[in-house]
Amino acid sequence: MSREDVLVTTQWAEENLDTPGVVFAEVDEDTTAYDAGHIRGAVKFDWRKDLQDGVRRDFVSKEGFEALLSAKGISNDDRVILYGGNNNWFAAYAYWYFKLYGHENVQLLDGGRKKWELDGRELNSDEVKRDATDYKAKDQDTSLRAFRDEVVQSIGSKNFVDVRSPDEFSGKLLAPAHLPQEQSQVPGHIPGALNVPWAKVANEDGTFKTEDEIKELYTDEGIDESKATIAYCRIGERSSIAWFALHELLGYEDVKNYDGSWTEYGSLVGVPVELGAK
Amino acid sequence: MAVDDSCGAPAQVATPADFDTQGQVVLAGKVTGADGPVGGAFVRLLDGGGDFTGEVVSSADGDFRFYAAPGDWTVRALHRTGNGEASVTAEGPGLHQLAISVG
Repeated sequence: MSREDVLVTTQWAEENLDTPGVVFAEVDEDTTAYDAGHIRGAVKFDWRKDLQDGVRRDFVSKEGFEALLSAKGISNDDRVILYGGNNNWFAAYAYWYFKLYGHENVQLLDGGRKKWELDGRELNSDEVKRDATDYKAKDQDTSLRAFRDEVVQSIGSKNFVDVRSPDEFSGKLLAPAHLPQEQSQVPGHIPGALNVPWAKVANEDGTFKTEDEIKELYTDEGIDESKATIAYCRIGERSSIAWFALHELLGYEDVKNYDGSWTEYGSLVGVPVELGAK
Repeated sequence: MAVDDSCGAPAQVATPADFDTQGQVVLAGKVTGADGPVGGAFVRLLDGGGDFTGEVVSSADGDFRFYAAPGDWTVRALHRTGNGEASVTAEGPGLHQLAISVG
C-alpha cells in the first residue's frame, strides 16, 4: 500500500469532481459547515445520526450501513473520497468504518476540509441528490477493531498508542482543551501506553506528514514493530487518524482501533490505570 | 444516549470579560484581519513546547475559546488570507485574553 492508494490531494480532488464512479462524502458530527458550503457534489454523513446506533453505544449494524449507503447513492464499486472538518477525524473514523464493512475502494482527502479551505478552493451549498443504490456490506472485519476484554488482556504484550494530548494522558485533563472538563471516568492511561498525540502525524494544514517522518516518530516513541498495536483516544475518532497512519500509510499489519477508548476504559471497575507523564 | 460527548470542537462564541470560568484556565479572544473579525480561521492551541493541544474554527465574529491548564501557551491562527499568533502565560484559573492578527 502506498500513500497514493489511501490519500488523494486537494488538487486531484478538484480535477476529479465530475469523474464518473468517484463519490465525495463529507463526514462531520456538526454538519452546519456542510450545509453552509461543501465540495461540489459531495454527499453528507452526520457522524452521530448516520454512523452511530441511536440507543446503544455502538455502530450502526451491517443492515443499517447498507441502508445508509444505498440512500446516499453510493454503489459497491464506487471510489469514495472522504473528507471533513476537525482535521479529518470523523472522515478517518468513517474510513475505518468503511473498511470494517468491507468497502475497499475508499480514500481520504489529504488535509480534509481545512486544506481545501486554506487553498481557497470553491465551496458550494447546492443540495446533492444521487439516485439510490442497492448497497451490500460485508460482515464487520473485527481484525481492525479492539474491544475492552482484548484491551485488558493485551496489556504488556501489545503496543498501546494513546493519541490524546499529554495533559489528558498524564491525567491532568479529562477532555481535549476545547471542551469543558466535566467527565465521570477516572483520569490516566492504559499501563505501558505510548503517548503519541494524533497531531504529531499531521502538518499544521491538516495533511499527513511523509511516511518516513511518521515511521521515525513512532519508532522514536518506542513502538515495537514486532508486536500488534492498539490505538485509542477518548472515544475513537482521533485514534482513527493514528490507525490510518500506522495501518494504511506505514502498512503495519496488526493494528486495531479501540473505539471504546478512554471513556470506556476509564469507567471500567478493577482495571489497571497509570497516571503521570510518560 | 449514544456517544453524545464526542471530541469535536464546538461552535465558537464570544467570551465576555466577566465570563465565569468555573475555576478553569480559559484562553479566549478574537482573530482579526485588515477588514475586521476573521471567521473560519483554524485556531490552534500550542503548549509551552510548541506541541499541538487543540484546534477550533473561529466564529463569524472571530471568536475562539480553549480550556487549558496553568502554563505557557501560544495560539496560532491559520486562514487563507494569512497566519498569525499570540502567546500568554496562564498563572492560574481565570480568563486569559488573546488578540490575533492574520493577513
